[in-house]
Order: sequence, then C-alpha cells, then structure tokens
Amino acid sequence: MTISTSMPAAVPRPPSVAFQHSADFTPRYWLFSLPAVLIIAGVIVFPWLFTLYMSTQDWKIGGGPEFVGLQNFAELFRDARFIESMGHTAYFTILAVVLPIVFGTAAALVFHREFPLRGLLRTVFVMPMMATPVAVALVWTMMFHPQLGVLNYLLSTVGIGPQNWVYDPGTVIPTLILVEVWHWTPLVMLIVLGGLAGLPKEPYESALIDGANNWHMFRHITLPLVWPFIMVAIVIRTIDALKAFDTIFVITQGGPGTASETLNIFLYLQAFQFYKIGYASAVVVIFFVMIIMLSLLLLYARQKSKWNA
Amino acid sequence: MKRLATKLGFYASVFVLVSPAVLVFLWMISLSLKNELDNTAFPPVFIPDPPTLKNYVDVFAQNNFGLYLWNSILVTGGAVLVGLLVGVPAGYGIARGKATKFAILILIARMTPALSYLIPLFLLFQITGLVGTITALVITHLVITIPIIVWIMIGYFENVPMELEDAARIDGATTWQAFRHVALPLALPGVTIGGILAFIFSWNNFIFSVVLGGKNSRTLPSAVYNSLTFEQISWGPLAAAALLVTLPVLLVTVLAQRQIVAGLSAGGLKDG
Repeated sequence: MTISTSMPAAVPRPPSVAFQHSADFTPRYWLFSLPAVLIIAGVIVFPWLFTLYMSTQDWKIGGGPEFVGLQNFAELFRDARFIESMGHTAYFTILAVVLPIVFGTAAALVFHREFPLRGLLRTVFVMPMMATPVAVALVWTMMFHPQLGVLNYLLSTVGIGPQNWVYDPGTVIPTLILVEVWHWTPLVMLIVLGGLAGLPKEPYESALIDGANNWHMFRHITLPLVWPFIMVAIVIRTIDALKAFDTIFVITQGGPGTASETLNIFLYLQAFQFYKIGYASAVVVIFFVMIIMLSLLLLYARQKSKWNA
Repeated sequence: MKRLATKLGFYASVFVLVSPAVLVFLWMISLSLKNELDNTAFPPVFIPDPPTLKNYVDVFAQNNFGLYLWNSILVTGGAVLVGLLVGVPAGYGIARGKATKFAILILIARMTPALSYLIPLFLLFQITGLVGTITALVITHLVITIPIIVWIMIGYFENVPMELEDAARIDGATTWQAFRHVALPLALPGVTIGGILAFIFSWNNFIFSVVLGGKNSRTLPSAVYNSLTFEQISWGPLAAAALLVTLPVLLVTVLAQRQIVAGLSAGGLKDG
C-alpha cells in the first residue's frame, strides 16, 4: 500500500490532519497486525471459545463429549469442595490485596525520597517480584519446615513458640499470604511510585506555610492525588491474587487436605488430576467472567489515573 | 536532635523494607553453599563454613540440569523471538489504526490466568501429537509473550509523533517504510522493554511445562519442581537448583532495572 492509493484525490486539507483523523487510513494498518491476529486467534481466542463449548459438555479425557447444557454449572454450585475453594479464594484475595497495598504505598513514600543508595536498594526491593515463583516457593517451603525451618528458629529467639505454618489447616492460608505479600508488594510500590513522581509541588508549599505536619499533608494532599494509582494497583492486585497458582501449588498443592485449595488449584485438579475437562472448563468460564469484569474496571481506573498505556 | 531522630527513623524504615527480600535471597545462597549436615542442623547454621560448591556440581551431574536449561533457553528464546517479530508490528498497527477493541482483547488476554488456556491447548496438542515437544511449549508460551509485547508497543508507538511519518510519506515512503525507518527506531526502547519483560515472564512460567512438558522437554521451573517430588528432599542441591533457575532473571533485573521500571509503569505488569 503506497501513499498514492491511500490518499484521497482531493487534498485541500493539510496532510497531517488528513493522516491523523481520516478513517480511510486505518485499513492499511491491519496488515501490520495480521500475523499477530492469526496467532492470537489460534492460541488465545480459540481456547476461549473451545472452553465455552467444553463447559457445556460432560467430557472426561479418554471419553467423548456429551452435551449437558448448563448442568456443569449447576453441579458446581452444589459441589461443597468448589464452594469451599471459593471461600479460600476470597479469604486469600482480600488479604493478598489489602496488605501489599498498605505496605507498597508506605514503601513508595519511602522510595520517593532522596537518600544514598536509593537506586540499588530499590532494585533489591523489586527483586522478589521478578524472581521465578517456583524457585522462591521452594526456599519458603524449606523455611516453613516445622522442625528444621529457619523461621521457627528466628521466632524462638524472640520467645515465640514454633508454628506449624503450612502444615496446619488454620495457618496455611495466612502463611501463603505472607509469601504473596513478600512477592508482590514491590509491584504496588512501583505503581504508586509512578503516581508520586507526577505530583505537583505547589500544594505542599502552601500547606507548609499553613503549618501542616507530615501526616496532614499525606492524608489531605498526597493520598487524594495518588488515589487513582492506588486504585489501579488494587485492581491489578485483585486479578493477580485470583490468579495465584505457582507458589500455592508448589508449597501446599492445596493442602493440608483441602485447606488451601483455591479456585485455581481446584480447577487444576479437576482438569489434570481427575481429567474432568468439561467440569473444569465451567470453572474457567466463571473465572473468565470475573477477570473480564475486573479488566474493564482496570481500564476505567487507568483512564482516571491518566496512566498512558 | 529531633532531625537526627527523624533521619534514623527513616533509615530504619528503609532497612525494614529491604530486609525481607535480602534475607530470603541470602538464605537461599546460604542453603546452596552448605553441606547436608549443616542444612539440617538446628539451630540453623547461617554462614557456610566451609562453603562448598558440591551442591552446584551435583545439580549438573545428577539431574539432567543441562538439558532442562537448554529447553528453557529454546522455549523462552523461541517465544520471545516470535513474540517480537509478530508483536511489534501489531503494536504499531493497533496504535496507528486506533484498533481500541483489539487492544482491549489483548488486555483481557494478559489478565486471563495461564491455567485457563491449558485444557484446550492440551487437547489440541494431543490431537496433533505435539504433547511433550518443545514446539508445543514454544507455541503455548506465545500466550505470554505476544500480549505483553503488543501491549507495551501500543504505548510506545502512540508516543511517536505522527508528523514524522507523515513527512516521510509525503516524501514518497510506503507505510512499511515509514514504520521500518521512522517509527520503529524511535520506539526501540519499547522493543527492549517488551523483550525483557516477555523473557522474564516466559522464563518464570511453570504451569505450561508441568502439563505439556515431557520428560525430556520440560523447562527448568517444572524440572526443579519435579526433582522435589520424585526424589528424597535434600535442601542443598534444591536450593542450588532454585538459585540457578532464577539467576538469569535476577541478573536481567539488576542490569535493566530502569527499563523494567519504565516498562511496568507503561502497563507491563505481571503475567501468570
């Protein structure tokens, strides 16, 4: 496609206006996206549609599909294990969102200030979120060991008795949240730090003149101004917490019993342990609806924060 | 006096913030450099004395680690390469063609759990006989690399001023030439960032290889996980292996930290 075919015959307008705003220029850009469109259709959109189809089938690997309508969904909501996993997911998600948001915002306020070695220390702080989840999960598993783990030793030095960490149904989810907080607080920090970088100076100057203290300035100036960024962080954290799989799978496989079986683990077990792919696909569909709603919320939050991406 | 106290308080908070990350990684290093006796001692031995590289030697000698490393390089390398070849022009096409709906589709693809692609892809690879091959893993990792690269490139191409390409086109350049010689060089930082993040997310991916990888085609994360379940747990080699798996990613993070921060705030975020 050359300029001659795509430029309209009458060009009284300045060319730049025509290039920017005219709709007839869009088709020639389709070709750029074509290879990606084909691959995305194959590995992303096809799986979505096929999952939708599978969710209406009674289908086990090895057998053939049989149409059952919405029966998989009806069955899911009667499945105590599924309901329980929803509860675990809600418990896990709430804490795995709130704690990183609080710590990450505090960390952003710290890293927003100038201090020696800031760049290096920020890199160190960000490292957990980049590290391979399986690798750190293995190390955490060793640290949680009730007899030989380093965490129980550290607790004993401050006079706290040994904990069972992931080996006790009562403490397994809070322990996994500890790992999640360690892993993902840096992401919140980065997002909020981006917001802080764009703050105007003037409100602080006039507040100082009015004799405001640090807390007042944070509460009444900083927080309202970076709130849109915190919203973005909240939505992203929610999506990520719902998706959490690797660390839970490596550390507990959903155990002890089913005490840490979240939606994701439930889905994995149904599909690849019990081979009930129709049933598991119904879980994916429910998951997918939640993710789409959250993604749209993210788009909205991102627009509000004028986060250019 | 009060200022000094504030300053000390500030440094204390920096220390508290950074120490969890430092401690976990240091403990990982410590475990990997100690012999089995010290690793299972209680109270724990913190500083390896004497440090030993035996665990690292064992990892390479006993566990086919070299093969799995090579698999990881092939899978991640292939998926990032195809992702860039296909994703960079697509980002351009979407940004310039203002294909908002396609962009939203990409966003949702980025947000969807990796696990949810696995059932249909597993069936597909079973039918085509690709289960357990490197090819299947490369194709599946495109699910990770393409959306992240496209998403980042959209942002970068939108920031390249249209006027420059218009000028090139008035001088007789085709759309392709305007892309190749005007827009692409200006958006090159985006290509770097997209490539780096795609590399990290693909390298770290675990679940695809668990389900689709065969005994000889699995990537490092699932290979290390399997050595945990099928063998007697010995902490030293396991910590050494874990450290080796995550080392490339941590090195990239340190070397490219500025680009990574920029990329993440441009909407990279994590994948899984």
